[in-house]
Amino acid sequence: MNINRRTLLALALATGLTAPTLSVAQADSIKIGVLATFEGAFAVLGEDSERGALTAIDEFGGKVAGKDIELIKGSSDASPDSAVRAARKLVEQDGVKVLIGPLSGDEGIAVKDYAKTQPDVTFLNGSSAAQDTTLRNPAENFFRFSTDGAQWMAGLGNYAFNEKGYHKVATVAEDYSFPYTQVFGFMAEFCKAGGTVPSKSWVPIGNKDYSSVIAAIPDDVDAIYVALGGADAVNFLSQYNDAGGQAPLIGGSITVDQTVLTAKGRLHDVLVGTPAAGPTADTNDSQAWKDFSAAYKKQDGAFPSPSLFAHAYYINMKAALLALQEVNGDLSDGGKKFREVLSKLEFETPTGKVSLDENRNAIADMFLTEVSEADDGTLVNKLIKVTPQVNQTLGIPKDEFLALGAVSRENPSCP
Amino acid sequence: MTDLTLTPAASRTASQGWIEKVGIGHILLAFFLLIYPVMASDFFLTQIGGYSLVLGMIALSLMLLAGYGGMVSLAQITVAGAAGYVVAIFGENNSGVYGFGWPWWIYGPLAIMIASLMSALIGWIAVRTEGIYTIMITLAVATACFYFAQQNYALFNGFPGYNGLRAPDVFGLYWRDPVPFYYLCLANAVVAYIAVLYGARSTFGLTLQAIRDNPRRMRAIGFNVTAHKVFAWWLAGLIAGAAGILLVWFNGRISPGTIAVGPSINILVIAIIGGLRHPIGPFIGAVIVTLMQTFAIDIIGAERFNTLIGLVFLLIVFVSPDGILGLWERLKPQAGRDDWRSFKKAANKAEKKGRNA
Repeated sequence: MNINRRTLLALALATGLTAPTLSVAQADSIKIGVLATFEGAFAVLGEDSERGALTAIDEFGGKVAGKDIELIKGSSDASPDSAVRAARKLVEQDGVKVLIGPLSGDEGIAVKDYAKTQPDVTFLNGSSAAQDTTLRNPAENFFRFSTDGAQWMAGLGNYAFNEKGYHKVATVAEDYSFPYTQVFGFMAEFCKAGGTVPSKSWVPIGNKDYSSVIAAIPDDVDAIYVALGGADAVNFLSQYNDAGGQAPLIGGSITVDQTVLTAKGRLHDVLVGTPAAGPTADTNDSQAWKDFSAAYKKQDGAFPSPSLFAHAYYINMKAALLALQEVNGDLSDGGKKFREVLSKLEFETPTGKVSLDENRNAIADMFLTEVSEADDGTLVNKLIKVTPQVNQTLGIPKDEFLALGAVSRENPSCP
Repeated sequence: MTDLTLTPAASRTASQGWIEKVGIGHILLAFFLLIYPVMASDFFLTQIGGYSLVLGMIALSLMLLAGYGGMVSLAQITVAGAAGYVVAIFGENNSGVYGFGWPWWIYGPLAIMIASLMSALIGWIAVRTEGIYTIMITLAVATACFYFAQQNYALFNGFPGYNGLRAPDVFGLYWRDPVPFYYLCLANAVVAYIAVLYGARSTFGLTLQAIRDNPRRMRAIGFNVTAHKVFAWWLAGLIAGAAGILLVWFNGRISPGTIAVGPSINILVIAIIGGLRHPIGPFIGAVIVTLMQTFAIDIIGAERFNTLIGLVFLLIVFVSPDGILGLWERLKPQAGRDDWRSFKKAANKAEKKGRNA
């Protein structure tokens, strides 16, 4: 029977539960939410994606249409649930009308589903690259100015078959929608060229022990296609090396990304000569890329060269800012005008021209690369070839492409 | 507020009014929770209010086991997840795998039943152990279930899990709309809370606490210790299962990430932060943890917000090993020591007397 404790309880609950919107909106600022993986296995990638987004904002001097840009960050751990929770917080609590993100494949699909329930908010993809984020059942207010994982693979299958002479390839990839999309993009070309893929291994994200996977790779394959990211790639590659694996590697887009190439250790020698493809190439010597790279390096803790996550967040953030400028920062109509401008937007990026298709997915140039050693001893992706203006259906007519079926563990198959 | 409700005198004396019986603390709290939707934004209503109640219910099932049965379980989120997967498989989803489209009044009870049976099964395995070994074995079960769900595509649809789970429309209301969902969670949480509160004073509850304190003696005087413990697990499973259904309606999806080791430890943190002594503890813990996890990123930025969360939890446990409830215990004036502790003593005394008689 004492008032003290009851008062305490009431106070604690009342202050905690009814606190009104914490961030006070300034009249002359535009809130943009950035959703990335600042925790979990992809935390390093998440931090680099933030650098990309900041690079775009710096390019605009921190202002768009005369208003200050207010950046609000949300964090996920690469699981779809956490991405939706973070997106909800940014949209429903912080009141952002433009949201850039998320980073990883299945997160993108989940956020797209969430976007359908928030028609007045405009979602621009971060770097998530699952095919079905935009291909099947897309959301009207979800835009992807970065491309998907199958597009990223453009040119790699043919290069591996024709130039490298690999005819039989095993794949090792993480078990979720982005690597499915990457394997799909690689096999679409590789199988068409005449190659076979007798074995596909799918490993969980964050896997530490690859001995059973390595044992299951057939001995007679010409090469191994590896689509693993961050710590997973480093773990697999070093364990494969330790196990005496000799087969050359073919890299997925994030396997030989800067986040992996900067890893210390013996991997250095193993990785040299690995072909890969993706939306960026470190040794791209176009002026636009050099400028971007220099601007990126001004951010805290930047890698020697922007990772494709930094690149994707940069592109999407820049698209948002360009469109905001065109509508003069006016989102009062629920962002309708803004989205109209976005869907027609076409602009020059550090990696060439980008435009959108009718599903609001980007059409852009792709880069075929090979890992090589730069003069200062760091590893970079050397540009081999540019595949211009790759669309989401990889040049195949759309109905034919849809008939190939959704990407999955089993699809495609050419044993 | 705990002092009033648990005072044995209050529940025994029929001459006292109902206000005294229920306790002023409870009435104030109930009033606040009922009018909460008037003050709170939609975000605070569901993302903080509803979510805290759901997490609180799952932690409550842990509190029931740990507080009254002395069995700390790390598998409560797994039990909730089992109910969630049943909803995904037998209800509707848009992942193109299963989704039989059964009505909610069939899959709901089915989900709770399967979850409670699973809980009983985990309990049946775990009751042979004690203390840290119970934690270990339930952690093992939780981890195994997580990896199984993540790699099994036939039943659990692997890493992406199930998307597009919709709460039902009943009585012309869509139950995922902020206000109905909040009241739905509140109603469930209140039922669970009252059930645990009163269950603890029932014959079974007292027996369970006696088993916690001295299983050998209870066995010697003829109680089936294992059966009582497993039954407690089954009851905890009912609460966790109901919360699991609310959780998937809340998220609109379920994936192995929901039942991973992180979330399962999260539930333990909630229960410990709140306090294991009284069923209100898990709910207090859930509110604190939800607020911290939602807003820490605004306080300290994206790079180190998990450190801040960790430090706050550390601070709470450091200052008061019994969680927030223990903190209040210490803060309040001595005159008011008419609380659960004296109740427990009184109960122990009564028990001893009964035994002596």
